Amino acid sequence: MADIKVTVDGIQVTVPEGTTLLEAAKVAGIDIPTLCYLKDINEIGACRMCVCEVEGARALVTSCVYPCTDGMVAHTNTPKLNAYRKKTLQLILSDHDQDCLACVRSGNCELQALCKRYGVDKSDFFTGAKNSFEKDESSASIVRDNNKCILCRRCVGACNNSQGIGVIGANERGFDTFIGSAFNLPLAETSCVNCGQCITACPVGALYEKDSIADVVAAINDPEKVVIVQPAPSVRVGLGECFGMPVGAEVQGKMATALRRLGFDKVFDTNFSADLTIMEEANELLDRVKNGGVLPLITSCSPGWIKFCEHYYPDMIPNLSSCKSPQQMFGAVAKTFYAEKMGIPVEKIVSVSIMPCTAKKFECGRDDQSAAGVPDVDYALTTRELGRMIEMSGMDFANLPDGEFDSPLGSGTGAAVIFGVTGGVMEAALRTAVETLTGEELASLDFVDVRGIEGIKEASYNVAGLEVKVAVASGLANARKLLDMVKSGEKEYHFIEIMACPGGCVNGGGQPHVPSNVRNFVDIREVRAKGLYSLDVNNPLRKSHENPDIIALYKEYFGEPGSEKAHHILHTKYVERKVNGDHE
Amino acid sequence: MKTLQELKEIKALKQDQVNIRFGGDAEAEKTYIVCCGGTGCTSSHSVELMDNFRELIKKAGKEDEIEIIPTGCQGLCAKGPIVVVFPGNVFYQEVQPEMAERIFNEHIIGGTPVAEYFMTEELATGETIPFEESSFHKDQMRLALRNCGRINPENIDEYIAREGYEALAKALTEMTPEEVIQTVMDSGLRGRGGGGFPTGKKWLFASGNRGNVQKYVACNADEGDPGAFMDRSILEGDPHSVLEAMAIAGYAIGADQGYIYVRAEYPIAIDRLRIAIDQARDYGVLGKNIFGTGFDFDIDLRLGAGAFVCGEETALMTSIEGNRGEPRPRPPFPAVKGLFESPTILNNVETYANVPQIILKGADWFASYGTETSKGTKVFALGGKVNNTGLVEVPMGTTLRQVIEDVGGGVPNGKKFKAAQTGGPSGGCIPADYYDIKIDYETLSSIGCMMGSGGMIVLDEDNCMVDIAKFFLGFTVSESCGKCTPCRIGTKRMLEILEKISEGKGELEDLDRLEDLANYIKANSLCGLGQTAPNPVLSTIKFFKDEYIAHIVDKTCPAGVCKELLSFVIDPEKCKGCTKCARNCPAGAISGEVRQAHVIDTAKCIKCGACVDNCHFGAIYKK
Repeated sequence: MADIKVTVDGIQVTVPEGTTLLEAAKVAGIDIPTLCYLKDINEIGACRMCVCEVEGARALVTSCVYPCTDGMVAHTNTPKLNAYRKKTLQLILSDHDQDCLACVRSGNCELQALCKRYGVDKSDFFTGAKNSFEKDESSASIVRDNNKCILCRRCVGACNNSQGIGVIGANERGFDTFIGSAFNLPLAETSCVNCGQCITACPVGALYEKDSIADVVAAINDPEKVVIVQPAPSVRVGLGECFGMPVGAEVQGKMATALRRLGFDKVFDTNFSADLTIMEEANELLDRVKNGGVLPLITSCSPGWIKFCEHYYPDMIPNLSSCKSPQQMFGAVAKTFYAEKMGIPVEKIVSVSIMPCTAKKFECGRDDQSAAGVPDVDYALTTRELGRMIEMSGMDFANLPDGEFDSPLGSGTGAAVIFGVTGGVMEAALRTAVETLTGEELASLDFVDVRGIEGIKEASYNVAGLEVKVAVASGLANARKLLDMVKSGEKEYHFIEIMACPGGCVNGGGQPHVPSNVRNFVDIREVRAKGLYSLDVNNPLRKSHENPDIIALYKEYFGEPGSEKAHHILHTKYVERKVNGDHE
Repeated sequence: MKTLQELKEIKALKQDQVNIRFGGDAEAEKTYIVCCGGTGCTSSHSVELMDNFRELIKKAGKEDEIEIIPTGCQGLCAKGPIVVVFPGNVFYQEVQPEMAERIFNEHIIGGTPVAEYFMTEELATGETIPFEESSFHKDQMRLALRNCGRINPENIDEYIAREGYEALAKALTEMTPEEVIQTVMDSGLRGRGGGGFPTGKKWLFASGNRGNVQKYVACNADEGDPGAFMDRSILEGDPHSVLEAMAIAGYAIGADQGYIYVRAEYPIAIDRLRIAIDQARDYGVLGKNIFGTGFDFDIDLRLGAGAFVCGEETALMTSIEGNRGEPRPRPPFPAVKGLFESPTILNNVETYANVPQIILKGADWFASYGTETSKGTKVFALGGKVNNTGLVEVPMGTTLRQVIEDVGGGVPNGKKFKAAQTGGPSGGCIPADYYDIKIDYETLSSIGCMMGSGGMIVLDEDNCMVDIAKFFLGFTVSESCGKCTPCRIGTKRMLEILEKISEGKGELEDLDRLEDLANYIKANSLCGLGQTAPNPVLSTIKFFKDEYIAHIVDKTCPAGVCKELLSFVIDPEKCKGCTKCARNCPAGAISGEVRQAHVIDTAKCIKCGACVDNCHFGAIYKK
């Protein structure tokens, strides 16, 4: 596209045609305030915070969606505009639960930040009717508090556009408008998949995870309990953001130290069970390919994706890998193998996970996730919850020394750590499956065709004379597209990786909030993924089947991948669900 | 499927008999009982009336000699149902079903019109005049409504007899698409939905890349202004004029599909549109290869579920697409990216209704009516405190006084004209000082009002302007889609201030607050609904500030409307102690002994006015 010249507040910049005024201003070093705009997710021009003046235009323009034209002269910071923005904020506040001190978003609330920026004070507030809603706490993962909602609809965009689900939308109209599900069903009764993309989209405290901090703290402080913890791969490239570190900062060592100082008895790593997952899943794939099983095999690590499949593609349940997710495999191994090995009664073990994910909370409570007769995982905390626990502890996170994970469930390979990024499970599985099939060592471990943040990726590999066709999708709207192509016969694959969240777990619904004025200009998926790939490449072990603790685990306990014992402990079943019909 | 030649034959066969109803002097083959079948008259039992006529015709065995023509609105709704008998052009008003018998026996059979049922004017002067020469009608100019009330909208042949589909034929066979657009541009036709954007220009913007991309022609029939029924009347009275115009527009921009977005609350209009579309498809004037020219065009209906905001163009298209009807930011404009992301033109019903005549008679003919910048005519739904409530069409530039006094017959009950509200919730009030203002786009907007789609509500001295502002703003508040902040919350806050003022709790600063919020909402709202929502408030503050001040400072409502500022009082001199008021008071607020003067307990009184209505002695008054 041709370049055009635009003058923003007297600063001339050259930008490609099609650039919005918001983006051109950013190039000029100017941050135009936004509330409702989230690039690619919610481009609806609703909140009116970003209104600007363009010379010659009949009215104010909505800069977030206003395409620049050559020679355009715009003003973003006039007294009139700032007065308008202040009024917009005042109006929003007049129908907003201002219980800010007790709000989970206090401190990183975008509304709060803008109020500060525009000097909104209590002097000329609007009084009048206020909407009042009951909180929806029905979901295992997500709390919706419409009293805080500012109707920016970023959650609706995330649910509808990124995820292609649309279980929430605007109900009623005018002043009575509120975001809710169809017929205002409790979220738990809808086909919400608990992905939490709505939470990370929310600029305020209207959406947040079901908080389990208190339960975990109580367990840690119970001398009777052995509290073990497993952080997922993506947590180590998200957690630092809670403490002002740059987006995607890799903090694996600090995280291990922090977890230990918080009082967890054993600090293990989900990377361990990610390697275990590969052993089982690669075996399952080879088994299905060799023995005419149902193909394509589809990964089962992402509980948001699993629930989506159960609601919207129940006919494809047979395609799902029967492997439990790494979180659940970890819990299952901890409460069977580890408990037996250490001689700890299983009821004394409290199994905690730290996840970039909100759907993991739901997954803990699923049926057939209790290998030892008790839930494999007791509490799944999000990265944000861990951030809050650390904050409360007073630790100076950014300056913590690096720590190590405990043995034997704390070791992981480079293949495991890339589980956190779209294509990572595929790549890890290929490393193991190819070497298993060919019996030869791979020349290069980098399967670059399945990397990158594109929504749908596909590749084909010749493995020992067998053409293996694979596809990777992240974001459920993309998953839908891919599955429809598979169902229609347009595409054929042997193996598909699907992650519910766009970009994979690095961008999971449990990851720290990144304000929109950063998110709209930096692809957080790419930046966080970079941290995981560097952990992979710097790990001397980059193949799951080379993890010595995994090798030992099979030797000591499971025998071989896919053994009866492995099936009993490491695999699970799925159920068919109705669309918006679980309440029936 | 009919050829052009066959349409000409239909016209030749029908036109003399149809034109009798338009002053044609052919010898009538039949007696035609033209009976209003629009929504208004239907609710006043015109269907039963027609059934009665049919029964009488059948009984008399005169089916071949007498024909009932059910029409759309004839205009004088205040006096409906209306029956006009041809030949003779004899006009009857307020015809109830039981009146059919006398008309039939005395007039149709007996040859003597029933003078008692004549129009008020005739009754007063004793002279019979054709409806067209009545004071209600004579200053009107019926272009958009040319066929309304005189043809049967459910019979395409009657439309064809009135040059129907000739404009489409002309466009397709004699004009290039560019010439069609140029003609519409030259005519000076502007959008009748309220905005007044030049129609030809809109078509031009969407005309690029003709034939290579999917495009759409849409018709906005989501008429929602309180008291407005112009579009409904056209659809009920002359649906083919809209279909024909849309096909012409399709040819002009290169679209093969049209959508009419009509509100579901217009069942009669929807029925007639469906019938018209079926007939048009049957005759091949919609569908594939129209008139053998290779031009394809079809039209589908989409029903609105009752949201005012869906009259806004982007919201309308979002709704047609199957989503919640909410506006979206422009650009992109519909001409570039409209329905289903394709170039789309959207015009209002009345705008379309003018198009066939413009194509047939030429741009100069149309431009000869109206003012310098506002060409042609405008249809108004005249309502409120005016004698001749109904549907009127006058040339642009007609003064407000002419419309209300001459066509409308003035304000009833000797009350004084106070203001006219035009443009509905987006418009403003034109005060009596501007009674001689010329009605056109620019003049009205110069005083903070707007043409709007054509609702015109006449207010007299009994109307409180604070209350009027509250009414219209209340309408917008409940019709706001809730998408953008200024409209969703801002209008609500304005309404709360107005409510405070009308309850006597206002302070002078509230006027500044209102104006401040109003200007903010106008500048910041996402769509036209929000951007114009404060107009009724701003215009009443501008022209009737004294009334606001009376509410705020004196705590009185000069028009005696705002309940909280009123008290009801019984004049002990006039009260006979009949007890009727006490017996009818729903709040038990009136006490008194029989034959003794009664008293109202103001603390209990809910100001419903039931006592006033029930007092035979005029002893109770508002203070």
